[in-house]
Amino acid sequence: MKSQRSMAVIALVFLLAACGPAEPPALPANTLERGLPSDPETLDFHKARSTQAADVQRDLGEGLVGYSPTGELEPASAERWEVSDDGLTWTFYLRDELRWSNGETVTADHFVAGMRRLVNPATGSFYAQMLGDIENAAGIVSGDIPVSMLGVDAPDERTLVMRLVQPTPYLLGLLTHPSTYPVHPGTLAEHGESYARPGRLVSNGAYRLESWIPGSLISLQRNEHYWNNAGTAIDAVNYHVIVQATAELSRYRAGELHVTSNVPSESFAQVREEYGEQLHVAPYLGVYYYGFNLTKPPFNDNLALREALSMAIDREQLAEKAVGRGEQPAYSWVPPGVNNYEPPTLSFSALSKEERERLARVRYKEAGYGPDNPLQVEIRYNTSDHHRKIAVAVQSMWREVLGVETTLVNEEFQVLLNNMREAQITQVFRSSWIGDYKDAHTFLSILQSDNPANMPRYESTEFDELMARAAAQVDPVHRRLFLEEAERTMLQDHPAIPIYFWVSKHLVRPEVQGWGDNVLDYHYSQHLSLSAPE
Amino acid sequence: MLRYTLLRVVGAIPTLLLVIALAFMMVHAAPGGPFDNERVVSPEVEANIAARYHLDDPLPVQFLRYLGGVLQGDLGPSYRYVDYTVSELIGSALPYSMALGIIAMLLALLLGVGAGTAAALRQGTGFDRIVMAFSMTGISVPVFVVAPVLVLLFAVKLHWLPAGWSGASGAGKYVLPVITLALPQVAYIARLARASMIDVLGRDFIRTARAQGLGTSAVVRVHALKPAVLPVLSYMGPAIAAILTGSVVVEEVFGIPGVGQLFVRGALNRDYTLVLGVVVFYASLIVALNLIVDILYAVIDPRVRYR
Amino acid sequence: MSRVVKVTGAALLAIAMLALIGPWLSPHEYLTTDFDRLLLAPRLADLHLFGTDDLGRDLFVRTMMGVRITLVVAVVASLVSLVIGVTYGAIAGYVGGRVDAVMMRFVDTLYALPFIFFVILLMVAFERNFLLIFVAIGAINWLDMARIVRGQTLSLREREFVKAAQLTGVSTPRIILRHIAPNLAGIVVVYVTLTIPQAILVESFLSFLGLGVQEPQTSLGSLVNGGVAHMESASWTLLIPALLLAAILLCFNFLGDGLRDHLDARQSP
Repeated sequence: MKSQRSMAVIALVFLLAACGPAEPPALPANTLERGLPSDPETLDFHKARSTQAADVQRDLGEGLVGYSPTGELEPASAERWEVSDDGLTWTFYLRDELRWSNGETVTADHFVAGMRRLVNPATGSFYAQMLGDIENAAGIVSGDIPVSMLGVDAPDERTLVMRLVQPTPYLLGLLTHPSTYPVHPGTLAEHGESYARPGRLVSNGAYRLESWIPGSLISLQRNEHYWNNAGTAIDAVNYHVIVQATAELSRYRAGELHVTSNVPSESFAQVREEYGEQLHVAPYLGVYYYGFNLTKPPFNDNLALREALSMAIDREQLAEKAVGRGEQPAYSWVPPGVNNYEPPTLSFSALSKEERERLARVRYKEAGYGPDNPLQVEIRYNTSDHHRKIAVAVQSMWREVLGVETTLVNEEFQVLLNNMREAQITQVFRSSWIGDYKDAHTFLSILQSDNPANMPRYESTEFDELMARAAAQVDPVHRRLFLEEAERTMLQDHPAIPIYFWVSKHLVRPEVQGWGDNVLDYHYSQHLSLSAPE
Repeated sequence: MLRYTLLRVVGAIPTLLLVIALAFMMVHAAPGGPFDNERVVSPEVEANIAARYHLDDPLPVQFLRYLGGVLQGDLGPSYRYVDYTVSELIGSALPYSMALGIIAMLLALLLGVGAGTAAALRQGTGFDRIVMAFSMTGISVPVFVVAPVLVLLFAVKLHWLPAGWSGASGAGKYVLPVITLALPQVAYIARLARASMIDVLGRDFIRTARAQGLGTSAVVRVHALKPAVLPVLSYMGPAIAAILTGSVVVEEVFGIPGVGQLFVRGALNRDYTLVLGVVVFYASLIVALNLIVDILYAVIDPRVRYR
Repeated sequence: MSRVVKVTGAALLAIAMLALIGPWLSPHEYLTTDFDRLLLAPRLADLHLFGTDDLGRDLFVRTMMGVRITLVVAVVASLVSLVIGVTYGAIAGYVGGRVDAVMMRFVDTLYALPFIFFVILLMVAFERNFLLIFVAIGAINWLDMARIVRGQTLSLREREFVKAAQLTGVSTPRIILRHIAPNLAGIVVVYVTLTIPQAILVESFLSFLGLGVQEPQTSLGSLVNGGVAHMESASWTLLIPALLLAAILLCFNFLGDGLRDHLDARQSP
């Protein structure tokens, strides 16, 4: 009797277990397996904000302009464009064979609808300011002007006219960003705000969304209606969400991925030895920096102290030994690789190690500190092995060169962001800025006093003025001079310590053809193909 | 018995309310909002977002609105996955965690109680020592070491089993996660069962039974097993909690889209509604499991019953 | 006392002593980085007995510092959970009825709060204080202790000798103290031996999530977690702390078993 009952219980439990997930169908051949460092928050083109969402969106949708595998601008949905002499009016001509993934025609109106949706306050887009240089955009974002007033019009099905408030040399770069992609009005009307889910999303790129298991897998299938379908080699793309870089590496090594999104710094030397040719490291448009909180003591009124701390850091050792993946030591704010720009450098960049450290001690003393009165300071960084290593190394360098007593505080990323924005308890914090387009503006503008991304709370009327004057220039040479002067001013004020310039790191299997390294780290799946594995 | 069960079920409701209130307050006390990101937005945009999610209402109003939703089975939209509701996310993650957890738990129970009982009967012999040594090792090695070592060995080096979850087909992908998850529980339960069995075997009624000439297996089956399993049973609630916690590591290392992974990601990203939703769900689950354990307790050992 | 108790006790004492004086004997400091000596294998030459880590810090000194912190965390956390858990569980189990129901409801409530969430909030809200780690761990583990003790007490109070004491008019606190508590000793010792390893493992789990002790401080858990990444290229960074961690856990487990046998032998009529 009793054993029968327990058998029944066990049978029931197994039944429950059997109700578990069904097996995914076997993968079709010609499928690209890519790693993704975390789930996108959404695939809605106008609401997404993370780089990993944008990576997937570049496969799903298409903007007026795109990038080649090596990172050169090239026509995408627009086959050509014109700009007026004052640089304020742009006209884009669309290809005539543009189709949505359901076969309908993509018209210029759909692009207008997408851009209006981006700046519409009701959308609540994180990139709402992306098109801030378009006429009336700023007023629409703040809710003062109706959305229909946006300076983008479609005089006919295949022509798009954009009116700007100031010359914007980086406009084409902006128009590659997924937040400027068109929207399919029918789907949006039918499904409302959550139109971007599998089974609903209608997109205009090389691929369409097949399925999405949060925390695990995003599957894309070839869009048969895409204008360049014939030029797209790979039939399906699987984005595997793998949060830990070491886990991603294991999966690559087990033969489950074609392309990784990262290479863990802990295993970098080993990977380079083992996978030599498959390892792709390239300069990446990003600066890794330590910011000072300029609203509070000890940093608000002590330039000498900020300079001393910046000088005491041995950037070569940090980049080569602590990080060691080909990162370049940073002696400027804007990384190399932006168009038409030559970054000025920090005053001590050419000094020898001994001389630099001697000067650092001099400045430290001038700042009012010394062996009997050491600076006590906190470094905040977000939890990660990589940031930990750098923080420990900086702590060690400050201690050895200046005798600074540093406390390390690691926090969750969200908490660190919050603390940086409130600028109440932070002293020194680690952060990064990744460029959205290849122009010095994307790096310098975040230090303008009214920019919400200005984490150090740097406020300099001189810097702001130079930036404003640069923005008003039509002539690229003049613009460049003002931007360089702005950076020079900012570097002398030491609102932050640039530490190194990022590199992108990927493992790419030999059968993947068409891979190109570029400073924006964009790798459209449609540019790739798979040869038969050996 | 029915009255007792009913009383316990009714008693569970204030517990759940209390948990929801506690969790709600804790989530809202934590620093860092759900929309912080490196891409900082202007105050206008931020205000728009806050208004859309009712983040600008006073806290009690937010709580009541939430509670109302929960009563209708609506756990709200996720802040992190803006296109999904929390119920959808939990619904999609649960089967993975359930399958994994139930298989691991069954394995742990069968192996644990079996090995523990066998060791207790052969107390002091070589077999006992081997079981205990294994059990000690199982407790002594952290899950986050076991998982990558197993992956390195069986997936990266030998290519016998898949290293990850997504994309792999067949039952193979269950093997490493289940072993990793079950290992510490097997060890724990074996120790518990052994200690408790030794305790029970020393009691008077067992001696009496033995004196009456019953064989060892009959003694264990008829008299000893039931009381000896009691501590194991009362460990079941925590064991499930431990499996859910352990599943965070396992799910993260193997990339399994389960609730544990969802929860930790949600907590770290300040996804208020997702975290709350998982807490509410998890609380209901644990309260229900405690209820079942208590009732089982009363069934197995009639002396233990409330008045 | 059995041989096992003596041997494991001595081993634990030896480890603790080594952790206490080891760093003082070594010429290296636990926080000094050296970029010319990254990931050195263990060697006698410059007294890097356990090698160096990925920042060139001496692993012998760091491991000893880690043992210190791990032991302190585990012992304090276990004591916290022991005191709270036994008191709470024994009262609930013995008094029974409505009091028991309410008390256990409260425990259920706490159980139902996913502890890692609780810990994350504590760590974040209180600036990741070292002391808080073991308060948090202790505050979680007492729930287990309370339930076990309560379950045991429930059966105990139905036993003949307790009934007999009740009949002869012995007061409740006295019954709990004299008749219930001694009979709980066995199971409590078993649970403390299980709690210490558990506390150590919870601490390492926190390290895995990045919520452990702050750098450049370290614990065995964070050393092991750091070593996993170098598992293949620099196996000593994983093996040494992992073996030490396992050894400490094993010693505590065997010690507990030995003590239990000892207590059992004494209690038998």
